[in-house]
Amino acid sequence: MGRVSVTPVEIERPETREAPMSVPEPDVPWVTVVHNDPVNLMSYVTYVFQSYFGYSKDKAHRLMLDVHHKGRAIVSSGSREEMERDVQAMHGYGLWATLQQER
Amino acid sequence: MSGRFEPLPGGGASLALDEVEISILRSLAMQLAELIGPGDQPAEGGDPLDALFADGPSKPPADPALARLFPDAYRAPDQELGPREEKEAREASAEFRRFTENDLRARKRDDALTVVRDLDSLAAGAPAGAPGVLELAPQKARHWLTALNDLRLAIGTRLEVTDEDDGGDLLRLPDSDPRKPMVMAYFWLGGLQETLVETLMPE
Repeated sequence: MGRVSVTPVEIERPETREAPMSVPEPDVPWVTVVHNDPVNLMSYVTYVFQSYFGYSKDKAHRLMLDVHHKGRAIVSSGSREEMERDVQAMHGYGLWATLQQER
Repeated sequence: MSGRFEPLPGGGASLALDEVEISILRSLAMQLAELIGPGDQPAEGGDPLDALFADGPSKPPADPALARLFPDAYRAPDQELGPREEKEAREASAEFRRFTENDLRARKRDDALTVVRDLDSLAAGAPAGAPGVLELAPQKARHWLTALNDLRLAIGTRLEVTDEDDGGDLLRLPDSDPRKPMVMAYFWLGGLQETLVETLMPE
């Protein structure tokens, strides 16, 4: 216990405080998030989740309802490259999508 | 205006359109293609091949309708970001945009122009005054579906549609309101898209 508490000044590393946080942790997955918007039809959003991701009608419908009621839904997860592909595809369909790392 | 797509036996969809409807839809699709534009073009007299290798834009479009069609990939609308995360999100979004936006613009413009061309063929084949029946194979129908959605996104952004407008305030606008024709087109397109999705929905 003594060893930890006697060196509080040494623990503060102002120069390096930001560096470790900006390096993405490789084992933390990225996710594709689809956001609600007032224009896209519920049936269309369900259709996109079924045809692009190959999700079942039930799963696609459930995700669509999450988008509609909660404002957002995580629709896929994986590597950053994979999620960039998914986001690009969602933009192609006109869905409002972003990717982020699950922190 | 009361168009709806009907499923074709064996896949695809059909839609009956009269002359006025063809002309309205064609004009809207053309405006969408022009709004999307060619993106950044090579300089006058430059090698057109350069466009193939040129980087796309790094900033979101200033026009709100275009900004909705080409959103930032790393900036969620509901996320509160600190200054450092904000900077990271902006830089990552810019990078993503440079590599994807030109391609996305080209595909969306092609979809809009597919609609224009199909309507031109329909108008050319139909006797004057009679409705023409548009028939779309499944692959073509998917291009139409995306184009109809993009059109509704662009018009919806212009009209500042909100969730509460779901068949609400916008429908009750007086005929004298300058937005009225666009609102009617918006709901008409919604009906077209809804019935087209139905014909394409996987089981």
